[in-house]
Amino acid sequence: MIAKLYRWVDDRLPVSHFWNAHLAQYYVPKNFNLWYFFGSLALLVFAVQILSGIWLTMNYKPSATEAFASVEYIMRDVEWGWLIRYMHSTGASMFFVVVYLHMLRGMMYGSYKNPRELVWIFGMLIYLVLMAEAFMGYLLPWGQMSYWGAQVIISLFGSIPFIGEELALWIRGDYVVSDVTLNRFFALHVIALPLVLIFLVGGHIMALHEVGSNNPEGVDIKKHKDAEGRPLDGVPFHPYYTVKDLFGVGVFLFVFALILFYLPEMGGYFLEKPNFEPANPMKTPEHIAPVWYFTPFYAILRAVPDKFLGVVAMGGAIFVLFLLPWLDRNPVRSIRYRSTAFKALLAMFVVSFVVLGWLGTQPATGLLTLLAQFFTLLYFGYFAALWYVSGREKTKPVPERITR
Amino acid sequence: MKPVIALFFLCLLPWTAHAAGGHGVTLDKAGIDLQDTESLKRGAEIFVQRCLSCHSAHFMRYNRVGTDLGLSVEEVKARLIAGAAKPGDTMQSGMPAAYANQAFGVTPPDLTLSARLRGADWLYTYLRSFYSDEARPFGVNNVVFKDVGMPNVFWREQGQQQGQFVTVKNGENESKALEGLKLVQPGTLTPEQFDAMIRDLVGFMVYMAEPAQLERKSLGIWVLAFIALFTFVMFLLKREYWRDVK
Repeated sequence: MIAKLYRWVDDRLPVSHFWNAHLAQYYVPKNFNLWYFFGSLALLVFAVQILSGIWLTMNYKPSATEAFASVEYIMRDVEWGWLIRYMHSTGASMFFVVVYLHMLRGMMYGSYKNPRELVWIFGMLIYLVLMAEAFMGYLLPWGQMSYWGAQVIISLFGSIPFIGEELALWIRGDYVVSDVTLNRFFALHVIALPLVLIFLVGGHIMALHEVGSNNPEGVDIKKHKDAEGRPLDGVPFHPYYTVKDLFGVGVFLFVFALILFYLPEMGGYFLEKPNFEPANPMKTPEHIAPVWYFTPFYAILRAVPDKFLGVVAMGGAIFVLFLLPWLDRNPVRSIRYRSTAFKALLAMFVVSFVVLGWLGTQPATGLLTLLAQFFTLLYFGYFAALWYVSGREKTKPVPERITR
Repeated sequence: MKPVIALFFLCLLPWTAHAAGGHGVTLDKAGIDLQDTESLKRGAEIFVQRCLSCHSAHFMRYNRVGTDLGLSVEEVKARLIAGAAKPGDTMQSGMPAAYANQAFGVTPPDLTLSARLRGADWLYTYLRSFYSDEARPFGVNNVVFKDVGMPNVFWREQGQQQGQFVTVKNGENESKALEGLKLVQPGTLTPEQFDAMIRDLVGFMVYMAEPAQLERKSLGIWVLAFIALFTFVMFLLKREYWRDVK
């Protein structure tokens, strides 16, 4: 009976075709390591955010007079409201943890290179929209840091010559961040941007499945196939990677639950302390810092003395990542077979990103600003040096097949 | 209070907001224990008797305190509710906001979330750090929150503290820096008893800032245990499937 129904549906909808093309007969390199868990984990966190977000929306009120109180209502009076809210707030930070590691994986193993440029571009677009999504979501609790963070970021648009002031006004819908701003950010946060994200994630995965996954060796598994055309060094995604990823999901959820139940504020990094005070347009906090996942770019912004040039540098720091597939001219993908110079450069990039992230949480005082300027140079230096080095570096021979 | 004095306070507002950060002050460890329900109950009583006269806790319901700390509705009514409030009501101050604004120059802030905003150690140190200062309208100043608008509501229990100053030379300028506090007139409680009282109060305020934390922490261990088991099973499953991959 069930089988007949399934046949009936399958004759009219490509169910089994989809299952085979993307899971049961989709071949994936057999040598994925730890770094390859973060793609599926990002998908998991996305689902967590959507689900917890739906339940939060049921009790949240997007109004300047009620927003803060409705969040406390969720935390106190809604059954399991605290759990749903912490899932969402922890999920937001963990989304960025996972995405940053996922991106670093791509940089280590050259996953952005031919033929996966479009996979990288889709990924970068996801990252960009994710930042907008996180920024708008952060305004919704209507705490002090929500309010002043939004005020500062939107005012950045105001520094653009000629159109800046008008643009900032258009974004806010008011002369200051107000109820109007909160309402539109709510609309964008709960429907517009999630929709865009779903389409982009779809594009990211479709583009990936068209060319197949890269791997830690940077070897093309499609070069060597058996008589039936199956890659010799590949395994079907299902069941091999579904069970392996489920194990990764378990480890990740353990860490996630550990934070959610025992460190939901993460020492003020996931939930900033000033945000436990309702937004007060009359009282500027003495120290405004964005949430940790924006701080590297915030540090770059403040490192440049001129406000508009700072905005340009900040935008450039994100935009330059889009160009990575063309800045890296070396056809060897994996870091394992690349030169010491490349390894040193990537290490330098990671260190400067982390240090900038820390600097972004600190007040911009003399010495710290100097440090921020130095590490901003190193950040951009990575891309310039990569272009130079990758054109003339000595690489080790890449094996034909996956042997380890 | 005379309008002139209220105006003086208003002028100080931007400055107090800045000073509220309390830079460079070493905070004492509050050492609270949220498992100690009796301490939390004592803290709740101190809170409703002392703090609620001027402050509110807009998001905290009386009966929630009862449920979480094991007090019956009758006990909640008897021990926590002074006015006409019902057990299901939130904790509202008896003082009208307009009057408070005139008396203190500011509306006393809502205290529901202050423990999350400031931290337990800050509250514990702040409440014990008032010292005599004739220049201030209430005759006291505070080490952690300079020129705060609040009087020392615990002066009877704590007694009177005096600031110990040292002269600091900075080039040609000389300024006075606060070095420590000295109890010059004992209160009705010994310093140890007073510290314990404030610890009870701060414990309650930490609980109040997030009532769900009691459940959160006790539930967490079971969730983690389940996930650990799930992960172990998935590990075995993965190993079984991957046995044939060379």
